[in-house]
Amino acid sequence: MNLEESLESCVVRMMEVAAFNVSPDVTKALRKALDREESDVAKINLSAIVENIEAAKQERKPVCQDTGTPTFFLKIGEDFPVKAKIHEILRRAVRRATKEIPLRPNAVNPWTLENSGDNTGRMVPIVHVEIVEGNSLELTYLAKGGGSENTVQLFMLSPVLGVNGIKKAVLEAIYRAGPKPCPPVVVGVGVGGSSELCLKIAKRAALRPIDQPNPDEKLRNLERELLDMINSSGFGPMGLGGRTYALAVHVDWAHKHPASLPVGISTICWALRKSVAKVHSDGSFEILAPEVV
Amino acid sequence: MERHFRIPVSEEKVRSLRVGDVVYLSGVLVTGRDQVHRRALQYLREGKTLPMDLRDGALYHCGPIMIEKGGEWRVYGFGPTTSARMEPVEAEFIERTGVRFIIGKGGMFERTTEAMGRLGAAYLAHPGGVSVLATRSVKRVKDVHWLDLGIPEAMWVLEVEDFGPTIVAIDSHGSNLYIDVMRKAEERKNSILRSLSI
Repeated sequence: MNLEESLESCVVRMMEVAAFNVSPDVTKALRKALDREESDVAKINLSAIVENIEAAKQERKPVCQDTGTPTFFLKIGEDFPVKAKIHEILRRAVRRATKEIPLRPNAVNPWTLENSGDNTGRMVPIVHVEIVEGNSLELTYLAKGGGSENTVQLFMLSPVLGVNGIKKAVLEAIYRAGPKPCPPVVVGVGVGGSSELCLKIAKRAALRPIDQPNPDEKLRNLERELLDMINSSGFGPMGLGGRTYALAVHVDWAHKHPASLPVGISTICWALRKSVAKVHSDGSFEILAPEVV
Repeated sequence: MERHFRIPVSEEKVRSLRVGDVVYLSGVLVTGRDQVHRRALQYLREGKTLPMDLRDGALYHCGPIMIEKGGEWRVYGFGPTTSARMEPVEAEFIERTGVRFIIGKGGMFERTTEAMGRLGAAYLAHPGGVSVLATRSVKRVKDVHWLDLGIPEAMWVLEVEDFGPTIVAIDSHGSNLYIDVMRKAEERKNSILRSLSI
């Protein structure tokens, strides 16, 4: 098998694993949340969610009928032999995965409303590229549902508002989202950079495993404070009341223009479907996460 | 209280429900989201009949994944979509069709709540994303209408057994669980903001 074929197979496999499996760190957090909840309504919602995650794994069926918009974060080694062609290979893999798994076709032309039928289209799949050292390719795949993408928000704050302004923006975003993004959600917060960069790092931060703490102690404390603040709203699972609206808040940041304070807030539903893989230049590849038996 | 209903369901049964009750449904479930609402209302306003009578029935806000094998349809993915998108037209839809249950996720608001009280209908919240559990409850695909709208948008007629759990989130007495939760959250918001000294 040549490298291009390996890469295609790897992506199809990543998409399949993600469709059938909620990320294990998220599943663990949902189980913990179920133990903490007291109201019947919250317990019923979380029990059904946890039961559904097991059922999807056993029956090898999509966790949710919204199998998402295919989104990739790539780290391409400068000596990895395939580069510009990666985009075409990803499109091929997405087409194949959509047909073989199958996935729901979610790529629609915004003007004609025509559905391409295979999850590809203009600029879709969505691909973010980073060039790194080395000769391998690392891919992170996210199947992002429409409900929680619709509640993503951007705030261009006045810098005089400082950290309290950031906290207030996060709270505002959560109150506007309410029951819509299928809570419990994971919240990514991107601070600084620019309008588009803060949203990108917010989404990427939400993909950090929940059991992997932020290495920066100040941010770790801020994440904990934001999580408590969000959950004290009482929106709870599915917005029907309870203690758990968010499972985690993850913060990332970039330097910014002195006159700007961009804050991006990215919500991801409990059905957080992601996979990570590494492809080597000899065509071998490993699915690094999630571990599936 | 846990309740098990068979569709079609009477107004009296629906009126006996209160927010927080847990409901399981058996019988015929019809799917419909954005495009079904649009076309159905267009038909009814023009005096045309729908391909499927929804009186005393249940409408599920759902865009399923369906597979056709040997001329037969099978459900592969089946879960609720965000009901808020249908809020502007749901009151009229309930009034014109006589449907008793609207099932979805994420809630509906004042206009729908008012119509449900007046007409004797209820909104059942199905936990978002529990596609595999929902698929298990489907006994067979009975029919499909308006397939030209695309698979997720078409009107699928399904026979289900113990579909659920669903939670009564809007009853026919003016109570709306989403609005209650939202109101309490709003009350807490100021004290949260005060703690941030903003």
